[in-house]
Formats: sequence, structure tokens, C-alpha cells
Amino acid sequence: MSQLHTVNKSPLDRNALESAIRHATKGNAVLMIEDGVYGAMKGTQKSAMVSDAMGDISFYVMGPDLKARGIDEGRIIDGVKVVDYSGFVTLVAEHGITQSWL
Amino acid sequence: MSETKKFLYVNRKAPYGTIYALESLEVVLIGAAFEQDVALAFLDDGVYQLTKGQATDEVGMKNFSPTYRALGDYDVNKIYVEQESLDARGLSLDDLQALTYEDEDDDYAEKDSIKVVSAAELAKIMEQSDVILSF
Amino acid sequence: MKFSVMISEGPYTHQASDTAYNFTKAALENGHECFRVFFYHDGVNNGTRLSTPPTDDRNVINRWSELAAAHNLDLVLCVAAAQRRGIADADEAKRNGKDADNIAPGFRISGLGQLIEAGIQSDRLVTFGD
Repeated sequence: MSQLHTVNKSPLDRNALESAIRHATKGNAVLMIEDGVYGAMKGTQKSAMVSDAMGDISFYVMGPDLKARGIDEGRIIDGVKVVDYSGFVTLVAEHGITQSWL
Repeated sequence: MSETKKFLYVNRKAPYGTIYALESLEVVLIGAAFEQDVALAFLDDGVYQLTKGQATDEVGMKNFSPTYRALGDYDVNKIYVEQESLDARGLSLDDLQALTYEDEDDDYAEKDSIKVVSAAELAKIMEQSDVILSF
Repeated sequence: MKFSVMISEGPYTHQASDTAYNFTKAALENGHECFRVFFYHDGVNNGTRLSTPPTDDRNVINRWSELAAAHNLDLVLCVAAAQRRGIADADEAKRNGKDADNIAPGFRISGLGQLIEAGIQSDRLVTFGD
């Protein structure tokens, strides 16, 4: 059963994204929401963590949270897909189980 | 409600600094009455919940660490502790309380509830669960 | 598909309740069913009708009450968490010898078993917290 992991913490503050990636198996998805969206940005100390994992895991980021924080989509790591709340619902429906990395 | 689901309680936070550990334990105790397939995972700072020697007298908070030892009586005996999280914190199994249960299928022999697992093993346990409650 | 939601943080310190609201609304708009929204930890503070945010801010509590009225949602505050944090309905206030209650419309107070039941009865349970 494929798993969706949601992360709502900046990777520069907490280890939630790192831990989620470590526990995501091939075919899982990680959705970055709230302060988690900073994890989707290019050029940070933590960006490589996401790009390196992208072969096995799909990454998504919450568009409304990016906009709220003034993050232009051009600054997002290539391959991370932007979704809205409907997209969030679809991801939850498509994956057998959702785990929130609080 | 005849259906049995695999519930996994994921504990990633240290005790006392916030209430999550205590209120998570309260859910586990209530949930035990529902006769579901229950497992607990302790990783990241969650492993600190199980350490020996907690004494809260001077901070004036409730010491709930003895309650973990009662989990076996509630048939909650699948307790996974992540090796990498212990290593990162300079801890070993000896630093944790012994949690045991009586195996009714084995003449009530006392057995360890804690199983130390790798991150990769824990990832599989998570993925094979039906419901994950995160605290 | 049948969803349930757990909310573990209060209405104004964390974004959790906002995200949970937007998620639940989108799920309902997309034709899904919401079995239950369960409020735990400081999340029970989402259920006080005494909240009075500034008029230029969103009203997190009213939004939940309105969504509940529109979609017949089951908004449940955990009784143990609510007692700790001073959230009470008329019965709870009376039982605990308090002189007032403060629960908002559309919310009810019940036990943790409601969370476990939501896990059993729903196809998906999603947690929002900190």
C-alpha cells in the first residue's frame, strides 16, 4: 500500500522532512505544507536531500502556502509538483495511508 | 465494527516539554479496548519517552513513564524502537525501561514488548499499517 | 471516499486548523464524505464560542461551525483534553461544578474512543498539528 507523507516543518528548523524521507519507500510521495514548503526551495542547505531522493519518491508542495510566503514557483526544486487543496485531497485518496510528520 | 485494522501510533516527541507524549499514551490506553491490531513506534526524540529514571517531583508534573510498563496488561505488546534514533542520541536498549507482556499462547511466559528495528524496517511497518496516528 | 481528520493544535498559534479546514472543505467539494473531525491536544480550543478575533482576520471557530451546519459535519472535542483546557458544554460544566460553558455551535464533547472509531470507520484519517 503506497504511503503519503506530509511535512509541515522547515527542514532548516526541524528534522521532519529528513525523517520522512528516511522512512519513505520507493513509490511513496512526500507533500510539503505550511512551513514545510521551505523544503521545496532550490539553493538551501537542505535542497540536495530532496533532489537526491527524487528518483524513488515523488515530491509535492502546497501552492497556497508558497504564495502566502512569497515564494515564487521559479525557486522550487525541479521535479517538485505544485498542488492546491484539491490536489492534496487527491493525493490522500490515491495513497492507501497518510502519515503526518509533525 | 467487526473489522480489524492495523493501528500504528507514531511517537517522535520527547516527554514533558510538550504534552504530546502523555496524551498519545492516553489514546493508546483507550484504543486498546477496541480490539484492533495495535503497534507503537518510537523514533527521533520519541525514544526519550521510554528512558529509565524519570523523576518529575521537582518540576511538579505528572510522571507518566510507569504507565508504559502497564501496556502489556492491555495487550499492547508491539513496541518498535528505532535503532538509528537511539544511536543518534547516544542511547542503547539498556537506557530504556524494560517493557514486557505475558504471552497467553506460550503458557503466560514473560516476553519483551520492545523490538529495536532499523529505519528501513520501520518504514515497512508504517507502510503496512491501516491507520497512523502521529503525535 | 470516507475521510476523517484529527486536529492537534489551537486556532490561532499554528496553521494546522486552517489547513485542516481548507482540506476538509476541498474534500467535501470533491464529492468525498467526512465521517468526523476530531479535535485533540490544544486542538480543543477550536471549539470555544468566546473567541473574538479582530474583524479583519478570519474567524476560525465560526468557519468550522458554518462548515458543520452546511455539511452536517461531526465536530468532536476530546473530553479529557477539553477538561484540561477549560472547554465545556452545559453538561460538562454542570458535572464539573463550573459556572459557565463555552462550546461553539456544531461541536460536541466526547471521548477518545471517537477518534479510534473514526480510524476504524474511515478510508483515510489525516492528522493536522505541529
